[in-house]
Amino acid sequence: MITKRIIPCLDVKDGRVVKGVNFAGLGDVSCPVELARYYSDNGADELVFYDITASAEGRGLFTDILRRVAETIFIPLTVGGGIYTLDDFDRVLKCGADKVSVNSGAISHPELVQEAAKRYGNQCVVLSVDVKRVDGVYRVFAKGGRENTGMEAIEWITRCVEAGAGEVVVNSIDTDGVKQGFDLPLLEAVCRAVSVPVIASGGAGCIQDFITLFQGLPQVDAGLAASIFHFGEVAISDLKAEMQRQGISARQ
Amino acid sequence: MVALVDYGVGNLFSLKSSLAAIGVETQVTSNPKTLRQADKIILPGVGAFADAAEKLRATGLGTVLREEAKNGKPLLGICLGMQLLFEESTEYGLHKGLGLIPGRVVPIETVIPAGLKIPHIGWNALQFAGEPHALFRHIQPGDCVYFVHSYYATDCDESVIATAEYGAPLTAAVAKGRVYGCQFHPEKSGRVGLEILRAFCEEEG
Repeated sequence: MITKRIIPCLDVKDGRVVKGVNFAGLGDVSCPVELARYYSDNGADELVFYDITASAEGRGLFTDILRRVAETIFIPLTVGGGIYTLDDFDRVLKCGADKVSVNSGAISHPELVQEAAKRYGNQCVVLSVDVKRVDGVYRVFAKGGRENTGMEAIEWITRCVEAGAGEVVVNSIDTDGVKQGFDLPLLEAVCRAVSVPVIASGGAGCIQDFITLFQGLPQVDAGLAASIFHFGEVAISDLKAEMQRQGISARQ
Repeated sequence: MVALVDYGVGNLFSLKSSLAAIGVETQVTSNPKTLRQADKIILPGVGAFADAAEKLRATGLGTVLREEAKNGKPLLGICLGMQLLFEESTEYGLHKGLGLIPGRVVPIETVIPAGLKIPHIGWNALQFAGEPHALFRHIQPGDCVYFVHSYYATDCDESVIATAEYGAPLTAAVAKGRVYGCQFHPEKSGRVGLEILRAFCEEEG
């Protein structure tokens, strides 16, 4: 049977990996290529690279790094950040990305998901959504979680999957950085609405949070996290050993 | 030298890099002469069957691949490249493949229980019916490889050398003579994938 995927996420700015806590207060962690190699050697099932650079210069630096990562490690690579056009898809796919994650780009360019899925296949298009509860309603936030779009999240995700998104990364702003566990009610609502793979993001603080996720919501396909892996609070090998002990399918 | 067939379908960057990582010289090519000179050929591919099959036909590369395979040159198809080795596919209509391995390509949903997600995407364990095929001599049964596909090969007679369990045993790899196919992506399957590529590249030309 297919294994549950564990996915470290690397935010890259000006050639370095950074991680925000509740999307603020960034701090340097390590070299992206070295970190990628470390994760690949230690059981990561996939890596996500988010380019959080704003400048054109930083963008060029990012694609250089991506190319070096893709030459070094041989597991699936997803790339996001600054993806607004098919040319952006093309740019990162040529550097060795396997999937491209769209977030704000899908919001500002409503045709992007459909056009990208048509050209590169649904499996290549990952919808990433930042969700926050506002007056009890799940709302989609854009621009790194700073701007409330006013759109209802489940409806937005459903629409993008119908347009061709092949996977959905659900990032809960409410639980992100808090390390009290994934946002199970939100994830359950997403799993009920779509039949493509769902990747949980935001809130993992310890191994048990992943166990609770996969046991509580077996429909979730993968768990994504950043700082707990980067700072060594959770070793992926320990996490996977515990998953197997608990009867959750994991790749060693 | 291992030729990687470039026919405008899919991205060869990772495949080329993974072969470089195990010390194999490669050439990305759409030139029939280079394919004929190569020791081995790898046919990659991502996307729709009909489009890829038409490209192989229109460029004449399909004919070259068939001839080289019949001359005994080792050929490995990956993902869609594997599906193209079969006689036909029912993806968006009936389309002819290269016919190098008996079998046809049909939607996964025809064999798996409802409720399982399609595509079959992620890491799944390889299972061997008997003694592992030479392609798997450097790996263990139960080792995981990375899959992304919505169609699979069936009616392959004796050619199936590995399956992956996804509500049904899906054809994961096939071999007939020196023609091999992997439904999964060895170039995205970490160390296990590199060992499968190594085994193919060690095959006597």
